[in-house]
Amino acid sequence: METERIDVKQSIYDRNDEIAHGVNREMTLRGSLMINVMGAPGAGKTSTIRMIAGRIGLPCAVIEGDIESDIDTQTLNAAGISTYQINTHGACHLDAPTVRGAVNAFGLPEGGVVFIENIGNLVCPAEFTIGEHAKMLIVTATDGSDKPYKYPLAFEKADIIVLNKADLLPYVDFDESFFMAGVRALNASAPVVKTSARNGEGADEIAKWIIEKKMSLGV
Amino acid sequence: MHEYPITLEIIRIAEEAARGQGAERVEKIALVIGDLSGYVGESVHMYFDEISKGTACEGCELEITRIRPKVKCRNCGHMFERKPFSFECPLCGGTAMPTKIGSEFYIDHIEVSKYKEMGHGDGKDRRQTVDIRQE
Repeated sequence: METERIDVKQSIYDRNDEIAHGVNREMTLRGSLMINVMGAPGAGKTSTIRMIAGRIGLPCAVIEGDIESDIDTQTLNAAGISTYQINTHGACHLDAPTVRGAVNAFGLPEGGVVFIENIGNLVCPAEFTIGEHAKMLIVTATDGSDKPYKYPLAFEKADIIVLNKADLLPYVDFDESFFMAGVRALNASAPVVKTSARNGEGADEIAKWIIEKKMSLGV
Repeated sequence: MHEYPITLEIIRIAEEAARGQGAERVEKIALVIGDLSGYVGESVHMYFDEISKGTACEGCELEITRIRPKVKCRNCGHMFERKPFSFECPLCGGTAMPTKIGSEFYIDHIEVSKYKEMGHGDGKDRRQTVDIRQE
């Protein structure tokens, strides 16, 4: 049988990345910084967003990604943070077309900050750009200090790393030097901020980082 | 669920490339997947057989080249596959940093034919995975 070879050399992510680029450009034009919040289930993504949103001093909104339910959206709306729910019904990460749909449907703020709370998962959310200006990774003291070694891509891609539940550090076997050695091998520059969504530790530092990021990117 | 939407995208890209050359059938897709991409060749194969039914890619050979991730020593530049829970360079003991090797996920090439019908019909399993360790 006669066949012809065609060199394609095309990334499977191309279409996703193109849509992500469009979302990013639109958010920049609106003057809103978009932050992709990633972390395992129970890491405290919603609690961290709730903790810092009030300290930024700019209008904030959340695009909330969950496989099922709107529990987090109810929590954030109750805290006065405008939130739009996405349910992926099984898909383990948000992709750019899904976020594009949410951006079109949701009245997002101008001159503010939009958090996209990704699906609770340390693997695939790191593989997809979804229009964000920055990625925030939230890990916890109770997860264990080996996470950079087990989930390297999430740590490599993060622009800021939040070590949440830091108030529990005295009670768990978390080897901070082992953790930081892994983090710094993968990511030389991202700040690592210890937080506690229970007592507010670290919230001001993250809020300051977000405002500085917005200014430095000219968003 | 993880590999399903991405397999749809693989078929879409292959069909588009084939039609761009006026071809009716895709006979082979050569896909490159790095381990860090988070995608598993076997799962892509599984979805591919189902999703490709009724498309120009039905029954085509799916060759998947798997790439193992490599890190690069910040001190001496040596490229190596890291051991679990370590970024230590086996040559100088320095700390390694990530490289792009291992995060690949792309269609390298396809082979197409002008035949509308499925070309093979010999019942052979045309799936194959090539494990590549780049030197």
